[in-house]
Amino acid sequence: MTWLTWRQLRLQALTLGLLAAAIVVVAAVTGPNLADAVTGNSSPYDQLTSTDRTLFTAGIVVLAVLPALLGAFWGGPMVARELEAGTHQLAWTQSVTRRRWLATKLGLTTAIAALVVGVTSLAITWWSSSIDGAVSSASGALPERLTPVSFAMRGLTPLGYAVFAVALGALVGAIVRRTTLAMAITLAVFIAIQIAVPIWVRPNLIPPTIETIAFSQKTFAGITIRGDQLLIELHTPNRSDWVIANETIDTDGDPATVPEWFRDCLPGVDGGNTAPTRVGNEDPLWDCLTQLTDAGYRQRLVYQSADRFWRLQWAETSTYLIVSALLALASYWWIRHRLA
Amino acid sequence: MIDFWLDSRSGVAPYLQVVQQVRHAFRLGMLREGDQLPTVKDVVASLAINPNTVLKAYRELEHEGLVKPRPGVGTFVTRSLPDDMIEIYRPLRRELESWLVKARRAGLDHESIEALVASTFRAEQDVA
Amino acid sequence: MTTILEARGLGKRYGRRWALQDCTVDLPAGHVTGLVGPNGAGKTTLLNIAAGVLSPSTGTIEVCGKRPASSAAQLARVGVVAQHTPIFAALTVAEHLEMGARLNLTWDDALAWRRLDALRLDPKQRADRLSGGQRAQLVLTLALAKRPELLILDEPVASLDPLARREFLQGLMEAVADNEMSVVISSHLVSDLERVCDHIIVLVDSKVRVSGDVETLLDTHYRLVGPRRDTTRLPSDQHLVEARSTDRQSTFIVRTEAPIADPVWSVSRIGLEDLVLAYMSQPTEGPRGRPLEVAQ
Repeated sequence: MTWLTWRQLRLQALTLGLLAAAIVVVAAVTGPNLADAVTGNSSPYDQLTSTDRTLFTAGIVVLAVLPALLGAFWGGPMVARELEAGTHQLAWTQSVTRRRWLATKLGLTTAIAALVVGVTSLAITWWSSSIDGAVSSASGALPERLTPVSFAMRGLTPLGYAVFAVALGALVGAIVRRTTLAMAITLAVFIAIQIAVPIWVRPNLIPPTIETIAFSQKTFAGITIRGDQLLIELHTPNRSDWVIANETIDTDGDPATVPEWFRDCLPGVDGGNTAPTRVGNEDPLWDCLTQLTDAGYRQRLVYQSADRFWRLQWAETSTYLIVSALLALASYWWIRHRLA
Repeated sequence: MIDFWLDSRSGVAPYLQVVQQVRHAFRLGMLREGDQLPTVKDVVASLAINPNTVLKAYRELEHEGLVKPRPGVGTFVTRSLPDDMIEIYRPLRRELESWLVKARRAGLDHESIEALVASTFRAEQDVA
Repeated sequence: MTTILEARGLGKRYGRRWALQDCTVDLPAGHVTGLVGPNGAGKTTLLNIAAGVLSPSTGTIEVCGKRPASSAAQLARVGVVAQHTPIFAALTVAEHLEMGARLNLTWDDALAWRRLDALRLDPKQRADRLSGGQRAQLVLTLALAKRPELLILDEPVASLDPLARREFLQGLMEAVADNEMSVVISSHLVSDLERVCDHIIVLVDSKVRVSGDVETLLDTHYRLVGPRRDTTRLPSDQHLVEARSTDRQSTFIVRTEAPIADPVWSVSRIGLEDLVLAYMSQPTEGPRGRPLEVAQ
């Protein structure tokens, strides 16, 4: 059964393998130079050529797209195409039990998917590690690896997504029994889940750090204006932290809007960020902030600190893998009891 | 070796057709003592009929004393038409051939000849 | 007579629709049994359940003494040529045989390759480039090389041209002659079944209408044609199967063991196709609802 599954997957697997190998080669060739160029530099972003920036973006795109494609093209048709062609009957009447059939197909396919995506992710993560979050002296920066834009395309998580996408595709295919429909639904469901996870699941995978701090120059990050509301933002300890919530709270601890008198207090507020230009008690901004503190307002920061990157990676990946196992069981149950 | 055929529309059971064809060949002297009948497998492979059909036919022929199976070898004819039967056939066949020539010369086509022979045959049977 | 397949009250439901309902069937071992019936009678459903490809909703079934698909060993004893003869389009003929060798518990590789040679199938040919007849022969080869106890064929020759059909049946009969194999073959072409089967089952609306040895059935059924007569006036040892009447004439198909004495009838034997049709046209609720079982 392993032979048969490999034989059916062979062409696509080898193509992907070549793609992964190409990525590894490109990373190995350009990576060291890149690291040399930016090490010790205070504004590494400025050292990047447009090729570097393109490669960086390409790396993110590849890892974002690969699990979804695997789910659609390897997961969706896994059961559905066999049902459509009737070839499941062929295997089942060659002395293969349904359990062995599904277990081998799922097992081998997810293993190959994990291998290909894992190797690709490792190469890209290593290559990007020197420039993740690179800042510029002027404007422009690369996203930090903890932020949702990058986190899903670094480290272990793409591997977890790939296994999940394939398992999802197999179940969807078993239920709808039509290949193209299964591919479309798998893609849609996968994308929906990938959007939902960073918003609702990831922040709480490991209990985030919650700090209530007073306003100070050290922590002050800026004020933004949204509509007619002023929003104060403070720094977290590390630039690379993933900030989940940055909100002003009143004496009761509830989120509160900045009071009107604060806006009148501020000098020349007419839109856009303002940052302290002078440090010192004569700074009018500092005065206003002190008044705010006296009035009982504080800032609550909810964040995942930068040193938690790998813990979060493991947590999310194992969650996805556990869900994948459950999906596999569901597929077996469906095939055994509803389909055949 | 004898070659069988099956007429699926004749209404005669397949096994009976095989029996009749063996008897027919025997009567015409085409099968002699010691000749081997086709194996069940060969008959089945050429006619696409059930092996039991062939087995039943061969059993019937064995019952009539016409053939005998030799285990592991095949089924063999145990009798021959007496030689004088073939001698009797010969002049009759020659007469028939010359009659056919006459009938053709008289302008009879194939169907007319068959009809003439059949009706005369039937009339002869009714009298007998 | 031992049975190789035993179904009791077998049923399969899809939502509210019953594809097979309350089906009770005994398949004799060592025979080639034909399964006939109108479309929708449940033939394919029954065969799929027997093959272990479908699970029944109700009832029980035993094939080769065990529940279908209960284990790889049970699956190994049943060879299947499914409807439309599915094959893996991207695999070659040789790769199909390799698949058979790797997946099956029992596999006669020599037999498989001998068959391929005899059929002159190109081992390197992709399976989706085979003709319909070649596909059917390939699937039959895969099923026969397992050396099964029971071979199930679901309309294997339905879409084949006459030559391909004849060649398929020749190969099948040759295999039956070689092995102690039970065969069940469903088909619409009764003329094919007449050559190939020695046992027949007529299935209508999931119910067995008649099941028996073909020759015995043909020996005991007659067509009676005569002046118009009421069906209730038939002698008790003649069982009416089908009756048709015009204003002057009656045509009955009856089953009887005794000779027909009444001189008013013109008596003739009927062929298998007419016999099958006669049983297929009976109303669903017979007088006693029990199927006709005719032993050898």
